[in-house]
Amino acid sequence: MIEIENVSLSYRDVPILRGINLCLPKGGITALVGPNGAGKSSLLSLIARLQPLQTGRITIDGLPVDTAPSRQLAQRLAILRQDGAVASRLTVRELVNFGRFPHHQGRPGNDDLRLAEAALMQFELQALSDRFVDTLSGGQRQRAMVAMTFCQGTDYMLLDEPLNNLDMFHARQLMRSLRAIADERQRTAIIVLHDINQAAAHADRIVAMRDGGIIADGTPEAVLTEDNLEAIFGYRMQITQLAGKPLVLHHL
Amino acid sequence: MTEKSPLEKQRTKLAACAALIVLVILSICIGAGEFSLAGFFHDPDARQLFAVSRLPRTIAAVLTGAALAIAGLIMQALVRNRFVEPSTAGTAQSAALGILIMTLVFPAAPLAVKTLAASVLALAGTSLFMMTVHRLPPAQPYLVPLFALVYGGVIGAVVTFIGWQTDLLQFVGIWTNGEFSGVVRGRYELLWGIAIMAAIAWWVADRLTVLFLGRDASVGLGLSYQRTLQLGLVIVSVISALTVVIVGIVPFVGLVVPNLVSRILGDNLRATIPWVGLSGATLVLGCDVLGRVLRYPYEIPVATVMGVVGAALFLRLMFIRTAHG
Repeated sequence: MIEIENVSLSYRDVPILRGINLCLPKGGITALVGPNGAGKSSLLSLIARLQPLQTGRITIDGLPVDTAPSRQLAQRLAILRQDGAVASRLTVRELVNFGRFPHHQGRPGNDDLRLAEAALMQFELQALSDRFVDTLSGGQRQRAMVAMTFCQGTDYMLLDEPLNNLDMFHARQLMRSLRAIADERQRTAIIVLHDINQAAAHADRIVAMRDGGIIADGTPEAVLTEDNLEAIFGYRMQITQLAGKPLVLHHL
Repeated sequence: MTEKSPLEKQRTKLAACAALIVLVILSICIGAGEFSLAGFFHDPDARQLFAVSRLPRTIAAVLTGAALAIAGLIMQALVRNRFVEPSTAGTAQSAALGILIMTLVFPAAPLAVKTLAASVLALAGTSLFMMTVHRLPPAQPYLVPLFALVYGGVIGAVVTFIGWQTDLLQFVGIWTNGEFSGVVRGRYELLWGIAIMAAIAWWVADRLTVLFLGRDASVGLGLSYQRTLQLGLVIVSVISALTVVIVGIVPFVGLVVPNLVSRILGDNLRATIPWVGLSGATLVLGCDVLGRVLRYPYEIPVATVMGVVGAALFLRLMFIRTAHG
């Protein structure tokens, strides 16, 4: 369980997060939605200890993120950053293998190699596995990064806009893979999503943020109402139902 | 850009090995003194020449080339920029400043102590460089090499100024202009220290590879980012300081070799460090042999030859990069 208590963050006196309290139990997919600058990415990077905590407290399975050993946290929690540009020339296979680093510290065992191959297979990267990451297209690179995060084998995965650069086919594929991983292996995914309909279709829970605070939290059906969406994004949009899921006509 | 097939990679590796072996043999045979491989077996003078001069010189060139190339690679991983190397970014200049100060203040100190002081100053100078570089806007990667040139240039100017004021310019020339002609038995053994540093770099290669992925990725993978950064700094500083003290500054090796190897083999340092070392050794030994034959029986310092060869290689690298976008 990830527990976030009273977390605030400001950058040069500009408040970014205001007193966030959130409890994310193990299992399932939680979608973080909200307009640009709502503080979603900042919240993820605080949970993943990429930034120091200013106030409040965050624990992962009881381990405080600011004091627990980094390696121990890396075995429980993986993060995919939004700007995951890879400056170095690794092949896709090498990159995905480095997802296992927290477990083997550079001396991969047979299990690690097997898990990396499984991740390549899961995200359909076998054909690309010997290509250098910097020769791939943005979407292919994004899939490689997701596979690396997945390969870390943690109970919790924080994914910051994983659908960036992906075409519709691969976006759908990725969300389905995450759904399968959550259902079959009881792993937890916390995903920043801009496509609200992907959230509606695949998430168990939607947490909506705006101006550094949480303004709605619940199942997709509970959060995706016309009033809530107007409060979050600042304009009214129609909502219909399709195949038993809410469908937001946000583009009309 | 196009990638080489596994067969081509294998061929390139074999060619690099063959080149190094040929150069080692040439380096042992070529010099102002008469020496032939046949004479080695029945002529005690030849054996003496081999043991006192040719072998130490060849070993020194190989060690220096390998270590400088590896140091360049590590520095590029530390600042995540392909266009820096210790000999331009202030590390080597700081080391020269260190040994200059020691020569002024404690002229009687043993070479090992002077080298230690050079290492400490190199570490301080490189740390300051790193702290500044991490504040530069990441969206403008070319600021880093520009800043490196200015920074190294300023420290180099301080060294020259002090040297000029204190009539030590001749010594400054020895440290800043690398050459192997002074390498004989008994005067280069400290260089084995850089082999140890290179071995440590290989030992922690995976951590350095993760470092190359950036701070966020490193923290996310549970790497102790600061400690790995510091270890990298120590390796780079000690290698630079030792080469400056024993051989002098040799430019371009740390810049060109890691870029060439990365292009073909990538950046998985566990796999590439041996090839970076081997290629660096080949390049430096090749330039040294060239410097010995160009004006035979006189010599051109390896730093001068490398200045020309390295610049040509670097320009070629730049053009390939542009051609492939």
